[in-house]
Amino acid sequence: MLEKHERIEKSATLLFILSFIVVTIGGLVEIAPLFYLKNTIEKVKGMRPYSPLELAGRNVYIREGCYLCHSQMIRPFRDEVERYGHYSLAAESMYDHPFQWGSKRTGPDLARVGNRYSDKWHVQHLKNPQAVVPESVMPSYAFLANTDVRTDDAAMHLTANVRVGVPYTKEMIENATKDMIAQANPDSDGADDVKSRYPKAHVRDFDGNPKRVTEMDALVAYLQMLGTLVDFKAYKAEDNLR
Amino acid sequence: MDYETFRHFSSSWGLVYLFSVFIVVVLFVFRPGSKKQYDETSQIPLKRD
Amino acid sequence: MISLGKMAIYGVVFVLALLAAAKAHDSLFAVSAIIFALASAIAIIVTARRTSFSTNVAQAVSGDEYLDGVVRAGMIATMFWGITGFLVGVTIASQLAFPALNLEWAFTNFGRLRPLHTSAVVFAFGGNALIATSFYVVQRTNGVRLAFGNLAWFVFWGYQLFIVLAATGYLMGVTQSREYAEPEWFVDIWLTIVWVAYLLVFLGTLYKRKEPHIYVANWFYLSFIVTIAMLHIVNNMAVPVSFLGSKSYSLFSGVQDALTQWWYGHNAVGFFLTAGFLGMMYYFVPKQANRPVYSYRLSIIHFWSLIFMYIWAGPHHLHYTALPDWAQTLGAAFSIMLWMPSWGGMINGLMTLSGAWDKLRTDPIIRMMVIAVAFYGMSTFEGPMMAIKAVNSLSHYTDWTIGHVHSGALGWVGMITFGSMYYLIPKLWNRDGLYSLRLVNWHFWLATLGIVVYASSMWVSGIMQGLMWREYDAQGFLVYSFAESVAAMHPFYVIRAIGGTMYLAGGLIMAWNFYQTVKGNKRNEAPMGVVVKAA
Repeated sequence: MLEKHERIEKSATLLFILSFIVVTIGGLVEIAPLFYLKNTIEKVKGMRPYSPLELAGRNVYIREGCYLCHSQMIRPFRDEVERYGHYSLAAESMYDHPFQWGSKRTGPDLARVGNRYSDKWHVQHLKNPQAVVPESVMPSYAFLANTDVRTDDAAMHLTANVRVGVPYTKEMIENATKDMIAQANPDSDGADDVKSRYPKAHVRDFDGNPKRVTEMDALVAYLQMLGTLVDFKAYKAEDNLR
Repeated sequence: MDYETFRHFSSSWGLVYLFSVFIVVVLFVFRPGSKKQYDETSQIPLKRD
Repeated sequence: MISLGKMAIYGVVFVLALLAAAKAHDSLFAVSAIIFALASAIAIIVTARRTSFSTNVAQAVSGDEYLDGVVRAGMIATMFWGITGFLVGVTIASQLAFPALNLEWAFTNFGRLRPLHTSAVVFAFGGNALIATSFYVVQRTNGVRLAFGNLAWFVFWGYQLFIVLAATGYLMGVTQSREYAEPEWFVDIWLTIVWVAYLLVFLGTLYKRKEPHIYVANWFYLSFIVTIAMLHIVNNMAVPVSFLGSKSYSLFSGVQDALTQWWYGHNAVGFFLTAGFLGMMYYFVPKQANRPVYSYRLSIIHFWSLIFMYIWAGPHHLHYTALPDWAQTLGAAFSIMLWMPSWGGMINGLMTLSGAWDKLRTDPIIRMMVIAVAFYGMSTFEGPMMAIKAVNSLSHYTDWTIGHVHSGALGWVGMITFGSMYYLIPKLWNRDGLYSLRLVNWHFWLATLGIVVYASSMWVSGIMQGLMWREYDAQGFLVYSFAESVAAMHPFYVIRAIGGTMYLAGGLIMAWNFYQTVKGNKRNEAPMGVVVKAA
């Protein structure tokens, strides 16, 4: 026994293997159960994958680092629930690759910002935050309104999501580019298809510029659906204690 | 085994197990004869520049 | 022959990178591919210039001499990236105080500069310091040259390329949005290759050592390398949209993704910013104090308990979120237990000086190391406290977290690095001392006061923010709108930027001292700690 410990201090291989084993235990015990314990994700009604335009908006949100100042995770406290709405459920981010819970509130939580403000407010605010909220320290994102969103690879994005487990159907993938453009063009032929494929999706010209589908359209489409999918009338908290 | 029993088991016997591992490590480190070897090892940085 | 082989490999990489740039799915990927192609072109040219094609010239094989060139390069890189990272930090701190400084330009927006700041200080400054000092320490404590010839140089340059790819990516908006793991999948793969080479060099050197025992500093370095490899690979698992495109989707989603990320995120702190730098402490503090570590036994208990407990602490970043309660409780319990091994390490570092406390007066380098260990003790007390769920309910999402991180990063990581560098620079360039000890003293005070200003302003603003968000009036209404809490932050954001500027100024003084020492100059100054008698 005693010589054994001396061997650890003398053998680089043993030290390497032992320390590796020691550092894997914690991660295994904590992370692995989340994948097989059934109650990790609550049973809810209303969750669906993002529409192609919302997904593109989400990617703009990620690209610009919005998550660095805005959380999307309302904690179950009285003040947070009053300020932001029903506390966040694990189910609400089940299609989020990656998650956007955030870690800092330099700005307010956005988990339920959907339907709270008008499209016009969002566009104004993103272009010049201080014009709408004088105290704000948010940078300007005016350039989004001048940048066309990329539509040709929408199907590839959906396919990549399918590979990581998001249930997009074949039909959704085939119509990805069409749906993306149609969601920002309410008068187009495909507008109704978007609504039926993606329930509760907003179909509007979000940025006030009907000629183009811009990154501003995409981002506002994403913000306007945040936290609006789950039907909380049908949700029973006591069935989902964890 | 349901979740509750598992949790109960880990917060009682699991704790005892981890604590005894810790005690064993401490005993190892304080085993007789270790002092000389550790004194030597702790001199290693001062040997060379 | 070997260099011909190398040039062939670089050539193939060069062509492949150019092809990737030409066929890229998006322009962001193309830019990265071009940077990669440029790097391999430079590698070809440098290898060719170094190669002697005459067979008569005997190769100068320097058998057991230390390989120190790569450590010298690492010191310069650490200094350079340190200043860069501090500068970007001051910039984004000022942007929060004065949003006009975002310049209404996508490339300079806070959201793109913040990952640049965190990666520059953690991975570029801290990473280069760790790689360089580990290469130095592993050679000295084992009495042998680094293993595998010039592979250490590949690690060094490969790592710089990783930094450049990551940094340019951030500015263009290439990010996975995983905090402290923002680089996209192709940069992650490159880092994995470099990291495996790093592990090989380090382990290989341990294998051929002359000492029967492996000194404890090497244990900490080794566990840092191994654990970071594991964390990096698991946390970055993703499916790219196109194999020639910059965007990917993470393999996990929602709650599982969140815990994986914070398991990574907290252990980036635990193993990158703690275990690695503890390796530094266990070598350089005894060296500078010229006495062995206080208790070698304690260092062994410190090692095993620290690496065992740290890995569990991640869930405290997700208190009261949609993460199941059992995981939160487990994370909180281990975070609080972590206080003990952390303070064991702190005591071991500080007590190494017992019997030599007078050196604090005369040796500003020792002083730097001691304040580093003191800040380590302070932030490893604050951390467990903030992991208590009740405390966390107030501190989470606020600037308190930012203050905590910086007392650890500026205080512990920064100061132990500066101390070790001040020890190393004269040794590595064969000078009989630094250019100026008085400038070290200036650096010490600027940095220490800078941290105090920084951390205390963030404590006040963080706690204030947390209290404002939850304040109710007599009628049961929330008192403050969110915007009002933002406005209340302004003075503290200004003070924080001043603290950061002081820290940056200290770094600039160090760079000057570094440069003059390498040049072989010596400043004409009164020695430290000598009482000047009144005339």
